Amino acid sequence: MTTIDAPRTSAARTRRGVNLEKWGWMYMRASGVVLVVLIFGHLFVNLVAGEGVKQIDFAFVAGKLSDPFWQVYDTLLLWLALIHGANGMRTLVNDYVTKPRVRSALLFALGASTVVLLILGTLVIYTFDPCPVGADPELVASFCSSL
Amino acid sequence: MPAKVAGAGASSSSAPLSVPAPRPPVIAGTLYRGREGMWSWVLHRITGVAIYFFLLVHILDTALVRVSPEAYNIVIGAYKTPIMGLGELALVGAILFHALNGLRIILVDFWSVGTRHQRALFWTVLGVWAAMMIAFTPRHLIAVFGG
Ligand code: HEM
Repeated sequence: MTTIDAPRTSAARTRRGVNLEKWGWMYMRASGVVLVVLIFGHLFVNLVAGEGVKQIDFAFVAGKLSDPFWQVYDTLLLWLALIHGANGMRTLVNDYVTKPRVRSALLFALGASTVVLLILGTLVIYTFDPCPVGADPELVASFCSSL
Repeated sequence: MPAKVAGAGASSSSAPLSVPAPRPPVIAGTLYRGREGMWSWVLHRITGVAIYFFLLVHILDTALVRVSPEAYNIVIGAYKTPIMGLGELALVGAILFHALNGLRIILVDFWSVGTRHQRALFWTVLGVWAAMMIAFTPRHLIAVFGG
């Protein structure tokens, strides 16, 4: 006898295990809330405070990146924003690219570029030398002369 | 559009029949298409993609601090030109919209009455966005074009 499920019976779970799409969805929202704070702070410190965009040069960045606070801040910004953006782009690829091989190629390129840029950016933050040997003293941070 | 039409095929001698006016040809209400909800989505998508591509470039230009002070200063100097200054204005506008509208999406998803107020929330996003742009635009243009 065929039966009809009682109303409000939850849909059968066809797949077991972690629901990655759900966690991706949660990640977009959780990272979004943190990114609002981090990005607004980033824009304020670099573009609004002080002399705005004109103040940005090697010495300015050196001053920030030799402070552990900004190292952690920029690392969080890099990882949260790039993974959020890449996961958002994954949604767009899945929405608009219907040819399976093109879609796989694009998703692979997206993942690969994300990994490369995360490694590159993190290395830059932690291997950065604010006072490179032999650099023009005019271009480096003022504290370099007292070393 | 006439609210009253003669009944189709009715003889001209019969009393005019009152027929409700046809619904305006706007698809809204039952479908997620048209009006505030759609524009919120369209703008969120476009700004998300734009910010993503800027982030890719921005990680690479910042990585030049690891190359040399000269290399970094030359490339970052491009951000201080008038054309790029206007581009930064557009970029900040896109980021602010995406951030505020992202918070709206999160409220619609998690706030018990968020869906009911999604339309008002969209106008709130536009209002806060306009206020922030009015504050940021002169500050940035002075940095780019002025002293
Ligand atoms: C400023 C804080 C931000 C907030 C609050 C935010 C919030 C969100 C939310 C809630 C979504 C929707 C996800 C979904 O529908 O499942 C989303 C999508 C997206 N975000 Fe963000 N985001 C922020 C920053 C960024 C940044 C920095 C980037 C780029 C690197 C970015 C790129 C994207 C993209 C490409 C999408 C996909 C758009 C779509 O599916 O239509 N977002 N964002």
